[in-house]
Amino acid sequence: MTTSKETEVKVGYKSPIVMGSIGLLTLVFLGLLGRDGMVAFEISRRNDSLQLPTLDIDSSLLGVLAGLAMFALAGFSLSKAIKNLKTPIWVSIVFGAIGITALLGWLAAEKSVPIAFITGTALVLAVPIILGAMAGIMSERVGITNIAIEGQLLTGAFMAAVVSSITDNFLFGVIAAMVTSALVSMILAVFSIKFLAQQIIVGVVLNVLVIGVTNFLYQQWLTEDAENVNFPGTMDIIKIPVLSDIPILGHVFFENRITVFLAILIVPTIWFILFKTRLGLRARAVGEHPLAADTVGINVGRTRFWWVTIGGSIAGLGGAALTIGNAGAFGREMSGGFGFIALAVVILGRWNPIYASLAALLFGFSIILRVWANQVSPGIPTDFITMVPYVVTIIAVVGFVGKSRPPKALAVPYVKG
Amino acid sequence: MSEINKADNTMPQVMREIFSGGLVRTVISILLGFLVGALFMIGSNKEFIESLGYIFARPGDALGAAFAVVNDGYGALFRGAIYNADAETFEKAIRPLTETLRLGAPLIAAGLGIGLTFRVGLFNIGGTGQLIFGMIFATFVATRLELPFVLHMVVALIAGIVGAALLGAFVGFLKARTGAHEVILTIMMNYIALYFFTFLMRDPALLQETRASGNPKADPAAETALFPKLLGDSYSLHWGLIFALLAVVVFWWLMERSTIGYRLRMVGFNPDAARAAGINVEKTYILAMALSAGFVGVAAANQTLGTAIGVTPSSHANIGFDAITVALLGGSSGPGILLAGLLFGAFKAGAPSMQVFGVSPEVLGIVQGAIVLFIAAPPLIRALFRLPKPQTTNALESIRKRMFTRGGGSK
Repeated sequence: MTTSKETEVKVGYKSPIVMGSIGLLTLVFLGLLGRDGMVAFEISRRNDSLQLPTLDIDSSLLGVLAGLAMFALAGFSLSKAIKNLKTPIWVSIVFGAIGITALLGWLAAEKSVPIAFITGTALVLAVPIILGAMAGIMSERVGITNIAIEGQLLTGAFMAAVVSSITDNFLFGVIAAMVTSALVSMILAVFSIKFLAQQIIVGVVLNVLVIGVTNFLYQQWLTEDAENVNFPGTMDIIKIPVLSDIPILGHVFFENRITVFLAILIVPTIWFILFKTRLGLRARAVGEHPLAADTVGINVGRTRFWWVTIGGSIAGLGGAALTIGNAGAFGREMSGGFGFIALAVVILGRWNPIYASLAALLFGFSIILRVWANQVSPGIPTDFITMVPYVVTIIAVVGFVGKSRPPKALAVPYVKG
Repeated sequence: MSEINKADNTMPQVMREIFSGGLVRTVISILLGFLVGALFMIGSNKEFIESLGYIFARPGDALGAAFAVVNDGYGALFRGAIYNADAETFEKAIRPLTETLRLGAPLIAAGLGIGLTFRVGLFNIGGTGQLIFGMIFATFVATRLELPFVLHMVVALIAGIVGAALLGAFVGFLKARTGAHEVILTIMMNYIALYFFTFLMRDPALLQETRASGNPKADPAAETALFPKLLGDSYSLHWGLIFALLAVVVFWWLMERSTIGYRLRMVGFNPDAARAAGINVEKTYILAMALSAGFVGVAAANQTLGTAIGVTPSSHANIGFDAITVALLGGSSGPGILLAGLLFGAFKAGAPSMQVFGVSPEVLGIVQGAIVLFIAAPPLIRALFRLPKPQTTNALESIRKRMFTRGGGSK
């Protein structure tokens, strides 16, 4: 009794320490030692009907202010820790947003920051990661480790491009992507549930297999006949009337391709099903304590199978977002590690669809910031900006920013006894 | 009377044990892998698809086309990886075999590292990151220090091993200290290492080549640090192979004969029991990750010191990931990994010559993936081929005893 209580009760001072250190780094490097010059944050886009003035601020002043704000949050976190309470998750979210703003201001000294463009692109880049993370959450919540997200995304990307090209119909492409990725997930599910194979190994192997198959077909078939089989183009951008005229938010959320809209709908839906319905309760029970779930009559194997499979189809949609939702054609190994990022995002978001999506946005920002930083101030070591989300993930996994706890029965095969 | 009966029962029992053993399963998996690859080659072949249109009229055409493409593809693989009978001289004909050995060496070394963690019940997905850290250290020694021949090479090799081992130990430390899962830690470290390496190679003050061209690239290793050629200058095979073979011997001794290995295996078998027996499991995790990454470091040195061109961010050649498949196929045992590494090395060596025959060498990626998929699920292979379940009666062992022990062994 005592041991379990002791380990649970202690909150510790890790969060305020980490937040304070990052705040100090921001204050010193982006603020006091920062770059001179004014930064203009553009709220309206150049061709908007309604033009709002830009927000101008000195780059180093912004860094100082951001650093101080971070200290304030760290102090808030400290006050919670003293009372032995966990730091609420919104603090981390605000903290991250301040950090990104300060970084933007530092990069764009003497230049302007097109907020709508950067945020919009970050969201588009984050969509495959978000949907991949949903696949991860759905399978990990029922206790199956899913390392194969990368393979599922790649499968979806490939099928969407090829089927859309052949049938000249994006709907068929999306359906094919979702079905095929679901099939890949079924292999993972069957091997883990029926053959009791090591889930991590099956995941790794599926990635190798999918990369092998798509590379081969790409080389043998897609490059030979690109006109007919790998020339889908991208889906049309849909503008939602009225809403898309809102400054910033309109462009970011309401002027997108269908894949982005679907992602925005899917995330809250999964959250709702997982936490507010009987179905979700059963799924979580299977992931936390399969024996108990079995005892009350839940079919553990079947639950696991369907959650993993449907999760796979969502990852397939994420793959479609890569090709017909963004790039316009399939490229060799084009998922380029997004599946592994999704895996990190699942943990960073503590197996919660909404937090995971926010974490995915962090990665989306890091990708676009690297590209944009090269244009706006060449010569800055962008490798470090790209590295940030990975470091943040490690900090999160080792338990500094609120320990993220996986489902109890994760990666444990269930054998009915 | 009972003696005879016993002997009669033993033989089928022995056969059953052989067929339930790992070796048969491995061979079947490899054959199935090649079969899957063949199906992909056939399915994507133009002549075969065209002949499908009239398959009922002339089925021979389709079969012929199918046979031809598989024959071409795997024939080219053999000529590119083992022995090229078309070559003018014997020296040229066995060149492919030396290439297989050269490309297999880093896979063997890294595969040993990954296999070691499997034995301890850990998953090291971070071969790539550890390889890169090893390359950073080895590149620094090989391009920025001036030492005499042999000593320079040895120091660079050790630097590679130490660099990789440090990253591995760090992951092991984080796992032991905080309970974070090593799979996530190592995957994240892969990316961090890659971007860090790229950064180092962008700055001339750090590792970028002196004739800076803007692209991230390091200087070639100094001649004194390069692995010497093993078979003279007409082959590119170098001492990397010797170091990989040494690594196999060290691995075997470490895992099967040393106290450390005993401890590692014990933790892998049952961490709770090991803890109860007084083994410090946390320390063992750190040690295991460091040792594992150390073997990967041998591969890192091989990548840095094996060629006279400078390393780039892509010099890790995906060995860290391929090593996982090598370790799986090799059953995490020294000799197994040696053979598995050579097989996948042969795939790498044979790829270019398949290209010449119009068969995309990417098919070998499918073969590789299919093989390990079958390996990963023993019950699947057993179900497919109706092989018996693993046997525990040790009939095979008793025969071995009778044949190889003086006096026929004990009853």
